[in-house]
Amino acid sequence: MKRPLKRSNAPIFWALFGAGGMLSALLGPILVFITGLAVPLGMLLPADTMSYANMQAFAQNIIGKGFIFAIIALFLWHAAHRIFHSLHDIGIHAGIVAKLICYGGAMVATLITAYELLAIGF
Amino acid sequence: MSENQRIIEIEVLRYHPEKDKAPYQQVFQVPFTDDMSVLQGVQYIKDYLDGSLSFRWSCRMAICGSCGMMINGEPSLSCETFLRDYYPARVRVEALAHFPIERDLVINMEGFIEKLESIQPYIIPKEPRTLAQGEYLQTPAQLGAYEQFSSCINCMLCYAACPQFGLNSEFVGPAAMALLHRYNVDSRDGGKAERMELVNSEEGVFNCTAVGYCSEVCPKHVDPANAVNQNKTNSAADYFMRFLTPKGGAK
Ligand code: SF4
Ligand code: FES
Repeated sequence: MKRPLKRSNAPIFWALFGAGGMLSALLGPILVFITGLAVPLGMLLPADTMSYANMQAFAQNIIGKGFIFAIIALFLWHAAHRIFHSLHDIGIHAGIVAKLICYGGAMVATLITAYELLAIGF
Repeated sequence: MSENQRIIEIEVLRYHPEKDKAPYQQVFQVPFTDDMSVLQGVQYIKDYLDGSLSFRWSCRMAICGSCGMMINGEPSLSCETFLRDYYPARVRVEALAHFPIERDLVINMEGFIEKLESIQPYIIPKEPRTLAQGEYLQTPAQLGAYEQFSSCINCMLCYAACPQFGLNSEFVGPAAMALLHRYNVDSRDGGKAERMELVNSEEGVFNCTAVGYCSEVCPKHVDPANAVNQNKTNSAADYFMRFLTPKGGAK
């Protein structure tokens, strides 16, 4: 063991990964059902649930904004972490490059999401 | 040998670094009976077919942890794996994966021993204790907190099973992490803060991607994956809490 030991900063990514994993497990299937089946096929929900006006109102509501942000950002951080580790598993140890692409991608998309949500207004 | 004796083919990975450029396979025809383990199979080879075959063993009863080998690609204790379960097919025996080979089925375990030392595998008392204070007392619940993690026999099967240790041998790994956890959750111990430095480090728990194969191959049901993953939570708490607590927390 090399001493002194260097503290790993993995907990940041691991916490985002965990939060995204929890959220995607709980809400992912429901979202797929609502947006992919229920609304387009007119099952259970009114046909205009996802109309432009409704969705815009949702994105302008502060709770709606928070929901959209959490779903997009945390799902992405979850995916980035998984892809990063899967690359490692299949033998691509690009290290800093893989890190930049995976986590950098999630970071950029998070910032764009935040910007767009604010641009939509309240 | 009795009359119900049969012949099984044992394919062994051979390697004598002083004369072989690379490891190679050698097949032996071994007569066996139903009660013979794979270890007894390779012992037969050494006694009657090729005395230069090297392997480790001692207790022959899944206690000492020295006879670990890859048997048909699975990390196993060769003394509790039976030839009858492979017959009539050939059984393939190789040195434990992810370790440098010293000779034939003998691996170099120096790195593992270093890891065991690095976790300080002994009770570090919370405060000095005098003889007059007598022995430590523990409730069954306090014993239960660590007992399972104390049954490790250092067989290293879990290291041979761990793909992350295979990719990065610096990773502290399953057994050492289980033993570290065993001391950290012992009510008599006060060394947790020191050991957490290792848990939190780049060699620590976050190398694990929760594969779980280590716990599957463990002959003693230590469940090292459980210890590693509990410590991811501990480590993440330690990481974020140090911003909240002005003094405490590791560096
Ligand atoms: S944890 Fe289990 S598999 Fe790993 S070294 Fe200990 S006894 Fe062997
Ligand atoms: S010889 Fe001791 S565990 Fe197999």
